[in-house]
Amino acid sequence: MSMLADWITGPLAYPFMQRALVVSLLVAAVCAVLSCYLVLKGWSLMGDAISHAVLPGIVIAHVAGLPLVVGAFAAGLSCALLTGYLKENSRIKEDTVMGIVFSGMFGLGLVLFTKVETDQHLNHILFGDVLGVSVRDVIETAIVAGGTLLVVLALRRDLLLYCFDPGHARTIGLPVRVLHYGLLVLLALTIVASLKAVGIILVIAMLIGPGATAYLLADRFGRMLAVAVATAMLSAAIGTLASFHIDGAPGACIVLTQSLFFGLAFLFAPRNGVLARRRVPAGTA
Amino acid sequence: MNAPVPTDRLASPSPASNVVPGTPAGPPRGDGILVDRVSVTYPNGTTAVRDASFALDPGTICALVGINGSGKSTVFKAIMGFVRPSAGAVRLCGMPVAQALKRNIVAYVPQSEDVDWNFPVLVEDVVMMGRYGHMNMLRIPARADRAKVDEALERVGMAAFRKRQIGELSGGQKKRVFLARALAQEGRIILLDEPFTGVDVTTEGAIVALLRELRAAGHVMLVSTHDLGSVPDFCDQVVLLDRTVLAAGATAEVFTPENLQRTFGGALRNFRLGGAALHQDADRRSLTVLTDDERPLVFYGDPDSDGEGRT
Ligand SMILES: Nc1ncnc2c1ncn2[C@@H]1O[C@H](COP(=O)(O)OP(=O)(O)OP(=O)(O)O)[C@@H](O)[C@H]1O
Ligand SMILES: [Mg+2]
Repeated sequence: MSMLADWITGPLAYPFMQRALVVSLLVAAVCAVLSCYLVLKGWSLMGDAISHAVLPGIVIAHVAGLPLVVGAFAAGLSCALLTGYLKENSRIKEDTVMGIVFSGMFGLGLVLFTKVETDQHLNHILFGDVLGVSVRDVIETAIVAGGTLLVVLALRRDLLLYCFDPGHARTIGLPVRVLHYGLLVLLALTIVASLKAVGIILVIAMLIGPGATAYLLADRFGRMLAVAVATAMLSAAIGTLASFHIDGAPGACIVLTQSLFFGLAFLFAPRNGVLARRRVPAGTA
Repeated sequence: MNAPVPTDRLASPSPASNVVPGTPAGPPRGDGILVDRVSVTYPNGTTAVRDASFALDPGTICALVGINGSGKSTVFKAIMGFVRPSAGAVRLCGMPVAQALKRNIVAYVPQSEDVDWNFPVLVEDVVMMGRYGHMNMLRIPARADRAKVDEALERVGMAAFRKRQIGELSGGQKKRVFLARALAQEGRIILLDEPFTGVDVTTEGAIVALLRELRAAGHVMLVSTHDLGSVPDFCDQVVLLDRTVLAAGATAEVFTPENLQRTFGGALRNFRLGGAALHQDADRRSLTVLTDDERPLVFYGDPDSDGEGRT
């Protein structure tokens, strides 16, 4: 018992670990909530697209002397809007359009990055630098993540209805375009808030894993949200602490822990798990 | 089920006038749904519907009949504001579509294929979605909303299933859940896309009985269907569609073998049994069976001779 307590409190003696844990937990919570909508709407690739597309925005903001957050948000949102525009004005399917837009923007970002002198490390942008966050970063993350979380939770029923049955949402007079673009804006904000913690590449794991795990475990949306947030925050805590002990990258450890939870849910989920299905004859599960 | 339905609906020229007092006789004026010379062109250049017009008054059940690709879903989309007509206009209860949607008067029962049945929502959650338009911004149900949901579930006979995830239901039960959502919404206009596909006779009967109750309460229902046999049973108006409106009006006048032949062309199976093959007396009437897939439509008698009957 005391070994476990040491395992937890040992790292937390260091202020940088305390800050890392707070940021990870915040990011995990907001990503988990968003992930439920992405999984249900079939927008997993959209998260991937926006996160990659953020890179040129960061570089340009750096050159222009703007806060990086602003550049990242603008770039992420342009990616989403450009995708929508191309899809509506051509016969190409949405996933293909997204692939073209985000890889193009990511490429642009990489080219710009090598051309511009910055004090940023590419690795930190790609994989996050949660051990290096300042108090100011913590506050920034708390504001963006907390604000996003509040808006999503306030709109959660409307967003759910929009994902489930956009036709009905429209006929009862909900502003479906506002909900559609609102969800994209919230997604872009979430990604921006997560950059410090997990970076461009791994944020997509945070935006899919918890929702996918919860989807296997819950048959009601409220519970799905709760399960997603719980597993994501638990993973964030375990991953951050484990990274200290094994001297690994925190972002990667968090994502790995989440994958582990998904694997457990896949095997042992009471209704949908592989093992549960095996116990019941096929067809009645 | 105590809907005041006349026993011999076909004998009366305008059954709606028997049901809703005060509805003027004569052709519908479109106080419920007015589709006025509407054309819809999709972005790829396909004109799915051209110059379509029909009018429905409150207290009407209208069938929207046509082959695959004739534009039934397109007409629905125009009424729900999903596509903007390139010409003409739709008015709902006298209002433009956008205003009618804001007023929450249009309820829509989707085609089963359009629903993600794995979605983590329970039966009662889906029915509660019908109440969103009546709630405040945060969509927190009030006691009245819960009462409406209970009542709607009772009326479609699904109260026992309210805690089921929606995928864990039979085809007919799924249909009834979405019907309950439309009931809970209390929309004046109810659009049903193929409500009878994959539904057995008992459930179909229950749905029809419910639609009749709604008609008696003054709702307008537009039902797209392939199930020709049941149309004369419960629809007082019919719109025949083939990229435009071929015919629209009271069932008894519009739902004739000639019009149906025109609507369906070769797509309809047509059996005509007449003369000696049918009976051995001097009766010159013949038996015509029209069917595309489900219940066949049976005309007994030569349409232009007297003594016509229909089963
Ligand atoms: N989004 C779209 N873009 C382009 N053309 C379309 C679109 N939707 C439908 N169409 C075309 O419009 C025509 C009418 O289609 P619609 O879906 O309204 O038919 P329907 O009567 O509902 O058919 P079904 O009985 O198969 O449901 C078809 O020729 C179809 O190819
Ligand atoms: Mg259709």
